[in-house]
Amino acid sequence: MADQKISRADVAHLARLARLEVTSEEIDIFAAQLESILEHVAAIGEVATGDIPPMSHNVPMTNVMRPDAVGASLARDEVLAQAPAVEQDRFRVPRILDEE
Amino acid sequence: MNEITRMSAAELAAAIRTGQTTSVEATTAYLERIAAVDERTGAFLHVSADLALARAKDADERVRSGTAGPLTGVPVAVKDAFVTRGVPTTAGSRFLEGWLPPYESTVTARLADAGLVMLGKTNMDEFAMGSTNENSAYRPAANPWNLQRTPGGSSGGSAAAVGAYEAPLALGTDTGGSIRQPAALSGIVGMKPTYGTSSRYGVIAFSSSLDTPGPFGRTVLDTALLHEAMSGHDPRDATSIDAPVSPVVQAARRGAADGLAGLTVGVVSELLAEGLEDGVRAEFDAALDVLRSLGADVREVSCPHFRHGVSAYYLIAPSEASSNLARFDSVRYGLRVGDDGEHSLEEVMSLTREAGFGPEVKRRIILGTYALSAGYHDEFYAQALRIRTLIARDFAAAFEQVDVLVSPTAPTVAYPLGKANTDPLAIYLLDLTTLPASLAGTPAMSVPVGLADDPLEDGEQRLPVGLQIMAPELRDDRCYLVAAALEAAQDAARGGVFLEGAPAL
Repeated sequence: MADQKISRADVAHLARLARLEVTSEEIDIFAAQLESILEHVAAIGEVATGDIPPMSHNVPMTNVMRPDAVGASLARDEVLAQAPAVEQDRFRVPRILDEE
Repeated sequence: MNEITRMSAAELAAAIRTGQTTSVEATTAYLERIAAVDERTGAFLHVSADLALARAKDADERVRSGTAGPLTGVPVAVKDAFVTRGVPTTAGSRFLEGWLPPYESTVTARLADAGLVMLGKTNMDEFAMGSTNENSAYRPAANPWNLQRTPGGSSGGSAAAVGAYEAPLALGTDTGGSIRQPAALSGIVGMKPTYGTSSRYGVIAFSSSLDTPGPFGRTVLDTALLHEAMSGHDPRDATSIDAPVSPVVQAARRGAADGLAGLTVGVVSELLAEGLEDGVRAEFDAALDVLRSLGADVREVSCPHFRHGVSAYYLIAPSEASSNLARFDSVRYGLRVGDDGEHSLEEVMSLTREAGFGPEVKRRIILGTYALSAGYHDEFYAQALRIRTLIARDFAAAFEQVDVLVSPTAPTVAYPLGKANTDPLAIYLLDLTTLPASLAGTPAMSVPVGLADDPLEDGEQRLPVGLQIMAPELRDDRCYLVAAALEAAQDAARGGVFLEGAPAL
């Protein structure tokens, strides 16, 4: 873990996975910063051995259910009023399919 | 400054209840104060004056009809991370500029039901990521003690608003220290309640397993009153704890009256780490002497895994953030860029997210995406969750020996605006003291204890230092007990409340 190297290609790939357009300059900055952060966190590998249970939450997580009853929901007009684009009382999304 | 804005929230509530003043009068006084100083403090992103005056009228009506509660009619400033119906909510981001939420957060709804009057929405680091408020997409906020300094972050606007007498009370959110650190740097009281005791419904998510809404006040009692008003089980939040609210107001009154005889206080040796400024250390040590003089038994305690809190936090928080921020996808609300018929949905999403997010947010999304990605998940994210277990065990072991733990809230006094170190790791390391309580979900508070000389020696004003008090889960009352005792002793010694030492704005 200590010899982890973050390449420019890694950062570009991560940005793509995260749906983030990044500039060439940002790739350089992020690569160096990630490198230094990951170098710092490497030490935890030696402390947190496999026999320690991971704790995702201090609250015991249980599925919270409510009665299956019809209730009030947000008003459609109010919700659509905040959408970036609306067509025929629906959210209009950008083109989903490529030309081919 | 109008005398009304000098009153504590508790005094103001009493004055409104007994007819000495009205909520409309108080709200007007605060709106005038905001108009006079906010250009310099940058505390507010949006002032909702008309709504505030309408709610103040309702509050006065409640007082007349005899249905007023402990804070009815008292104004409050709300961090822009809380969703407020019909009132602009941006989380400090360009992504949500102009968004008018169609719903209301549980906490702000509760405060409205209790008759509090929202003055507006306060400045913050974008999506609550940052510790100087300089990551706000709109403008930095300034420290009321020295306008060239940061008030801290990410709830910097809320801390500045309370510190500059623009509001008697404010709401913040604390993920890794975002209430406690700005409270310390701005010379006010700030509390991170036990995780799960204040609802996250309608709070724009950063890191869901850590985000905790909490109160700011100028005094410990004021902070306790807001804490009690905002807390309680919420069926709309799956992580909400169904337990009675800790008796924090009672504890604040008791601490101020009775002192601390019989209480044991643990000083966490690992949190007196390198990077601690001499001035901060001196004020911390002086505060320990005050605790002793109040009857507390002060001893050193070791929590060996606390030093790994920074690493664990900077894997867990970005991981959860990368997932939470996926909802900003240009489809249902917020910004959309590049929708010209030429770009695909995926391209529009990427272009929109590029335009809408600032550099700190992008960095954390990429770090989180990395930590969660196939092949690295076990190495980073799962390891960080194990560190979290070790930190929680450290707390449990420490609380078998002592009633509360203390440390300096922040290792430094407020640093100059525009001069924050550009090395993110160095900035992250400043959060060492606040992160353990965040990771374990335990309650923690910052209370002002003194003023330190400015190590940069270019400021004329000495700057505030905060003491952090940490208590076991659901024992938030202990933080208030200790803080109130300390505050009462220090106010008596200096002949007035701490914030009165701040320069007039």
